[in-house]
Amino acid sequence: MSSRRIDEPHDWTGDIHTTPNPVIQPGHTFGSVTDKISALVLFKRTPLGWWIGFGISFMLANVLMMTIGYLLLKGIGIWGNNQPVGWAFAIINFVWWIGIGHAGTLISAILLLLRQNWRTSINRFAEAMTLFAVAAAGIFPLFHTGRPWLAAYWLFPYPNTMNIWPNFRSPLMWDVFAVSTYATVSALFWFVGLVPDFATLRDRAKSRASQIVFGMLSLGWRGSARHWHRYETAYLLLAGLATPLVLSVHTIVSFDFSIGIVPGWHATIFPPYFVAGAIYAGFAMVLTLTIPLRKFYGLEDFITMRHLRNSAKIMLATGLIVGYGYMMEAFTAWYSGSEYEGFMMKNRIWGGPYRSIYWLLILCNVLAVQVLWSKRARHNVWVLFTIAMFVNVGMWLERFVIIVTSLHRDFVPSSWGMYRPTIFDFSMFFGTIGLFLTLLFLFIRFLPVISIFEMRTILPQAALDEEALES
Amino acid sequence: MARKLTRPTVYGVMAEFDDPTHAVAAAQHARAAGYTRMDAYSPFPIEALSEAVGLPKNNLPLIVLIGGILGGLGGYLMQYYLSVWNYPLNVGGKPLHSWPAFIPITFETTVLGAALFAVFGMLALNGLPEPYHPVFNAPDFALATRDRFFLLVEWRDPKFDRAVTGDFLRGLEGVKGVSEVEF
Repeated sequence: MSSRRIDEPHDWTGDIHTTPNPVIQPGHTFGSVTDKISALVLFKRTPLGWWIGFGISFMLANVLMMTIGYLLLKGIGIWGNNQPVGWAFAIINFVWWIGIGHAGTLISAILLLLRQNWRTSINRFAEAMTLFAVAAAGIFPLFHTGRPWLAAYWLFPYPNTMNIWPNFRSPLMWDVFAVSTYATVSALFWFVGLVPDFATLRDRAKSRASQIVFGMLSLGWRGSARHWHRYETAYLLLAGLATPLVLSVHTIVSFDFSIGIVPGWHATIFPPYFVAGAIYAGFAMVLTLTIPLRKFYGLEDFITMRHLRNSAKIMLATGLIVGYGYMMEAFTAWYSGSEYEGFMMKNRIWGGPYRSIYWLLILCNVLAVQVLWSKRARHNVWVLFTIAMFVNVGMWLERFVIIVTSLHRDFVPSSWGMYRPTIFDFSMFFGTIGLFLTLLFLFIRFLPVISIFEMRTILPQAALDEEALES
Repeated sequence: MARKLTRPTVYGVMAEFDDPTHAVAAAQHARAAGYTRMDAYSPFPIEALSEAVGLPKNNLPLIVLIGGILGGLGGYLMQYYLSVWNYPLNVGGKPLHSWPAFIPITFETTVLGAALFAVFGMLALNGLPEPYHPVFNAPDFALATRDRFFLLVEWRDPKFDRAVTGDFLRGLEGVKGVSEVEF
């Protein structure tokens, strides 16, 4: 049942301790791993850089709060979306954030099932990223309703006095269930992973306040062998449940578009193409965040170049799938023989007013990532960080292209229009980046950024000496 | 067995190890010596250790299956009841019971039910949260979440005897210390 043992016969990542690319630098013991990670939370002085980063993020988060305040006062007319582009930044940002979250679940659940031991030192951080990204995503549809205090009965089957219910045949309803389930399961998975580490922090803490807080959060965990057995079962089952869940979430997000009959949206390739794009964006964000984190917090022993290189390889693979998706979109538009599909694609690529954004998207998402074929590029932290930034921007542009270029040319030319974002579109978007980073900074300061108990399992000392034991 | 009916003064006898192999070997020896009410404590999951102290039947997979079935049925029946019985509404001429459109939500509630049962089932079977437990009184037990491994023989064990059990544990290979655990 123990899925994270290193002495498994099917460890096709190679022996993680003897290869020249270790997932943890040699020389560490159970004690040193525990002390190093828990000291970040309990004993180390909060670095000045943390205060600066947190301060800037928190200011941006306040920009979000002010935008929301003004939005509630005036209504969603402060945004630039209007007929025919009724969906713009709100849904672009929603899909962008949800996609970023997907890498966290991929790392924590899918790579666990595939016995990829290298995931161990980045899964906690990636799961946190998932949760905060989903939180940032949820803000957009909620406030796009304009009256979020009524959203309870618009979005959920809430028994109200008017006796009306949401329409379950609508993909937007599926989306509500998919995203809320995803948020719940991700939070549960994260918390379950944290319980043994809370116990470690409880036992290491010197101040009474930390002892009480971590004591409560640890639920009285004492590392009993019977408890571990059920814990491992639960963790593995959760991973097994999260795997189809994460694939379903972005599939359903793509249904928001593909169930509609708008040219540019109504395509069967959307679900796999969206899932690949989500993982692509997510790994770009993992690299964007872990590269500075390991540098500033001295975690190079635990988050090694091997993690960064593997993330780069996943980015390259999913980037190619996304590139294939773009090709198939264009091919299907031509092959369908549909006049509207053909016009949409021509308008998107070279005729229309947003064509420069399309070519920027191809540069960021298809061309930039090709650099990662080179081994030297994958070994260079600066190159990886730059490519990751290209992908972060590119995936946002992709949603802009899909949503805005498909909508701004309606079926009848008299209904054509243009979309121009207002300052409030931008302040809301950058505000959610502030919220996301604020939550991440708080997480780095108050919780163990690396799963301590899982790091112990990948140490060479954790392997049992089978000869000294009975069968 | 009258002795077992009243609560004794110690919860059990605890042996401490600093190496997982010694801890597993100790648990296996204790089992071979006839001890049945044991538990072990380790800073990370060790499958062999769980097996050596005697695994209870693990009902968690069944609980998760039940959670998934309840979630799935609940999700589907909710949509069916609300769309077909409680407020039948003709949307675009589609049938009231348009089951293919109900599948995505049914899938999500299935996963939700199973995941909730997995987490809360695991906690319930483990008896958590449990803020106080006698083993926290053992010396060095704070290291059970760092780098030490412990083997406990509980007072409920039919063969338990403070002196005899203590001597047995002291004789095990690699033992770093043996102590009695107060209630």
